[in-house]
Amino acid sequence: MVQYVSPPLDLSFAALSDATRRGIIDQLGRGDASITSLADKFQMTLTGMKKHVQVLERAGLVVTQKVGRVRTCKLGKRGLNAEAEWIEAHRKLFEARFEALDEIIGEMTQEGSDEPAS
Amino acid sequence: MNQQVNSADGAQNRTSVERKGDRELVVTRTFNAPPSTVYRAWSQPELFQRWWVPKSASGVSLVSCDMDVRTGGKYRLEFGAGGSDTMAFYGKYLEVVPNERIVWTNDEGEEGAITTVTFEDQGGKTLLNLHEVYPSKEALEEALQGGAAALPEQLEQLDELLSGTGE
Repeated sequence: MVQYVSPPLDLSFAALSDATRRGIIDQLGRGDASITSLADKFQMTLTGMKKHVQVLERAGLVVTQKVGRVRTCKLGKRGLNAEAEWIEAHRKLFEARFEALDEIIGEMTQEGSDEPAS
Repeated sequence: MNQQVNSADGAQNRTSVERKGDRELVVTRTFNAPPSTVYRAWSQPELFQRWWVPKSASGVSLVSCDMDVRTGGKYRLEFGAGGSDTMAFYGKYLEVVPNERIVWTNDEGEEGAITTVTFEDQGGKTLLNLHEVYPSKEALEEALQGGAAALPEQLEQLDELLSGTGE
């Protein structure tokens, strides 16, 4: 698996399997926010929000930074690199397709309907 | 399995995807067969449907595949993920030149791209170029950002997938 692109996918899926956490990602997409303000917005305790943020942080979806007494959350690299990720996903899709196409072309070539493969 | 190496080329036929300009994406790859063979695998529905949906897209399969590959012809692909819901992709062929190029529209979305695939003979091999040109910069941006927007949908698919494994 590709280690340098992102943490394991199952971490992300686990992180995003919760509606509140998806809401947090959505919210951070509109701008950075402190844990306190997120807790307010989602009507949760600070502790509850911290737990959610930790899960998102482990999945690389959110990064946090503490300045003074305020911990600010923002979208992690994976969120910011949506374009690069999309292109990579696109590449993976076509790569998988073309691998399969390659096999079929190999079969066709061996059937002798074209010049024999070298 | 494939090694994910970002600088491999030459001996290994690699798939590359690039964004070009404001509203275009280009996918390229070389195949070890002449264009006539690659074109056939691309234009005959019974061959096309064997590779267009990769096995790695587990859970998703092609339910039906109608392709009338000629200038002015139409196509319609329907995908299903095991349930009764299917997702259709359809459009028409704007230009078909056997063994050389196929141009089609993607009409299932608001601002679909126009896809052009060309087959270029390179001494018995084929250089395949696939261009997706979006109607506007915004349409491409939207497609690129669709990655994030598509997450909930992917999660639903994942849920379906997981619930189907008897876990």
